[in-house]
Amino acid sequence: MSFNAVTSSFKVTRRRRAPLAETLQVGALAGFAAIGFALIGAYVAMDKRHVVEDTLTLSQIAFALMAIAAGYVAGRDRQGRPSGTRVVVHGAVAGLMAGLCVSALLLLMGSISLRATLVAASPMLIKALSLGAPIGSLQALVQLPALGALLGVIGGLFAAMPSRYRRALTYGFAAVLIAGLFRDVFVSVLENLPDLNGPDWEVFGPGGLNRGAALVLLVAGGLFCLLRDRWNARIDPARRARSSKAGLVLLLVGVLVLPLVTNDFVAQVAMLVALYMLMGMGLNIELGLAGLVDLGFVAFFAVGAYTVALMCSSGPLAVADVSFWVALPVAVVLAAGAGMLFGLPVLRVRGDYLAMATLGLGEIIRVLVLSDALAPYLGGSQGIIEIDHPRIFGISLQSPAALYYLALALAGVVAFISWRLQHARIGRAWLAMREDEDVAQALGIDPVASKLLAYTIGAAFAGAAGAVFAALVGSVYPHSFQLLVSINVLAILVIGGLGSLPGVLVGAIVLIGLPELLREFGEFRYLFYGIALVAMMHVRAEGLWPATTQTKENARA
Amino acid sequence: MSEVPRSATEPGAFSEWLRRSTWVDHVLLAIRISVAALVLVGLAGGLTAGTYSAADFVSFTMFGLTIGSIYALIALGYTMVYGILRMINFAHGDVMMIGSFAGLFAAGALNDAGLVNALPLLALPLVLAAGMAGGAAMSLIIERIAYRPFLHVRSLAPLICAIGMSFVLQYAARGLFGTRNRAYPGFGWMEGTVSLFGLIVPIPQIVAFIAALIVLAGLLALVKLSPLGKAMRAVAEDRDAAALVGINVGAVIVATFAIGGAMAGVAGVLYALVFKQITVFMGFALGVKGFAAAILGGIGNLGGALLGGLVLGLAEALGPALVLEGFGLPAPYQLKDVIGYGMLVMILIFRPQGLLGERLASKRA
Repeated sequence: MSFNAVTSSFKVTRRRRAPLAETLQVGALAGFAAIGFALIGAYVAMDKRHVVEDTLTLSQIAFALMAIAAGYVAGRDRQGRPSGTRVVVHGAVAGLMAGLCVSALLLLMGSISLRATLVAASPMLIKALSLGAPIGSLQALVQLPALGALLGVIGGLFAAMPSRYRRALTYGFAAVLIAGLFRDVFVSVLENLPDLNGPDWEVFGPGGLNRGAALVLLVAGGLFCLLRDRWNARIDPARRARSSKAGLVLLLVGVLVLPLVTNDFVAQVAMLVALYMLMGMGLNIELGLAGLVDLGFVAFFAVGAYTVALMCSSGPLAVADVSFWVALPVAVVLAAGAGMLFGLPVLRVRGDYLAMATLGLGEIIRVLVLSDALAPYLGGSQGIIEIDHPRIFGISLQSPAALYYLALALAGVVAFISWRLQHARIGRAWLAMREDEDVAQALGIDPVASKLLAYTIGAAFAGAAGAVFAALVGSVYPHSFQLLVSINVLAILVIGGLGSLPGVLVGAIVLIGLPELLREFGEFRYLFYGIALVAMMHVRAEGLWPATTQTKENARA
Repeated sequence: MSEVPRSATEPGAFSEWLRRSTWVDHVLLAIRISVAALVLVGLAGGLTAGTYSAADFVSFTMFGLTIGSIYALIALGYTMVYGILRMINFAHGDVMMIGSFAGLFAAGALNDAGLVNALPLLALPLVLAAGMAGGAAMSLIIERIAYRPFLHVRSLAPLICAIGMSFVLQYAARGLFGTRNRAYPGFGWMEGTVSLFGLIVPIPQIVAFIAALIVLAGLLALVKLSPLGKAMRAVAEDRDAAALVGINVGAVIVATFAIGGAMAGVAGVLYALVFKQITVFMGFALGVKGFAAAILGGIGNLGGALLGGLVLGLAEALGPALVLEGFGLPAPYQLKDVIGYGMLVMILIFRPQGLLGERLASKRA
């Protein structure tokens, strides 16, 4: 489970090439990435989204970032230091190479039609890649490499900058990008603020940031970063260590007031985030603490959802018509029971095998629920509809904001339970088992009991999430319980940091919240997940908000 | 199982087992017995129900052997990579999908040249070669991204990377090739059916079965007879020792991925030959089935992959008619996947070494 246990002394070392060859390789890689980006249809889709009104679209930013990244990598020498002329020459060469790749694509698309094979190679893509120049003209072909070279040099210079200013620039740029991308959220917040009467017209245009506002944000972000660095340098390190706690508090406050200051859509997204947090905390016990890879996790979610559906529906399939508050504990208990039932047989299966076994179990449940054989009881592909909304003190919780607070309250309870469990005897037993099962057993930990407990508790949390899901959607269908849900939860944990509770929150926001807010790019969502999983393992395997034990381990290593 | 096997005739064997076993063993035993009982009851019911004629069962068997040979080809990739790295290539099913699409484009080009309809026996090997090339190339990229950087550590990283790659492949392919189903062109006379021992069998099934057997034989020869095969077996045995005697371990791993990917590419093309339609999402389910076949035969064992594939194919083809029909379930064919996944889970739990495997079990799976 840990990311640094050596099993074999054999290690593949990277072959080094001549510096210019490496630079060309870097440029070509960026070029291929850009071509891939264009040919999967992402360029055309994201070209409609303006980050800075009438100036920069999202896809232009993506392309520019690829060229800049190529220049940044190429600008450094083998020790990773930027040096003199290298930043300019190699940066330019890498950027030029990337631009040439895209130009070649443009030329190819102009001369033969690729549409029969590649559906995204459309005239729209040709037009978008020509950047306003006449289609098929020399200008359209030449300007891309030229722009690439320019951006490559910028990337190289960026690498050569003192790190302080580099960070400041990154902050400023990120501020612009975030504000431009999530324009709708910010506009809804600005509209809800009573006193500032309509400044949103000045900051945001109909599509994105206005130019002036973008410039202000860029400078403000940069200044914020510089000032904070100064502040951090002056105060003592012990206080700085507390900054992660302060960050957590800030995050929690934001989470609490979010639906109050925005619109229903954002509240609904926030509710989904809370729901996935519930599931994430469940899987965190299984995978993050006990190290059991579970790809059939969605089955427990389904058990919880179907329990509530059957008990609270006023439809024909209902077995009882009780309130949500009666059905919720039943759902949790049933899901826990299912977890125990699943856990028992797969206890002796380890690692990759466990992933496959649980995946098989999860798929069996889905196929069974979907089948005609169980349709008289579970509704088959028609699902169960007309589930009553939960009521509290006679008020029906129907609005997204109300349901969000319900999900959030449950998530809070579960987070508290998880936190206490993690630091209890059983939590330490899980960690020990995750690191080395044989040693843990030798130390007197009962692997069967502790694994089974991890399974049961994890399943119970997922069951609670399923119960809320059924109540908030008002209907359940088998297609809501696909393997993708399990993968989502797994990705949340990996991105946030395995075994880390705040990591679950961060992961859920990044992987559930952001894609929901960027609905228009929904078809690239899972592509983004895949890339995020791979990139995370390469760049920051411990996650965005690593667990404290992991941090300590890394410090020692 | 850690207990020493004893002969059943020895007095007290049962009480000894009772003394040594825990309650988990009892539950597992109960699961075994109930699954066996369920299958037997279903079998009895299915055989007496008489819904299907003997001819039906023979054609189910034929179909099972065809799909089974495709499973076997996929299983080979899993088994070879597992044998060498002790890791599962989670994205292997999607490699098959890529191979299938590579074959589709080759077939499209050959069809434009009029070759597919006129000379199917010439076109098919070319299409298969394209599928192999596509699968092998994809497999190499996966090795480079998801496995090579993590070779020297034991961690979850390769598994998670491979899951990520699986998603990247599926959704990139969706963006590139579109969501609609794609159909292979008709392969001339291979489209028809042939009367075999009084049975009507579609020719693609026979062609796919034979092609799969030829490719499998070639692979077995490669692994058993060639120097590369010898090196692969050595690396599978002990990576460090292999490196010490001068084997280029990195190159062997690369070759293994390439060969496994090529086999998956063949499987993708043959699948398309039999089922005609392919989609970018077909890799996942077939990948899991291929993995089940690899486990069933004993992972790391090439002959086992063939056996496992055929057994799984037969179980899926015959199971709904033989066993599920016995319970009087409506639409038993919807539950065909339950049989496949169920066998996977059962084997993982009760006989992780598979039908032919002997080692592993205690080795960290």
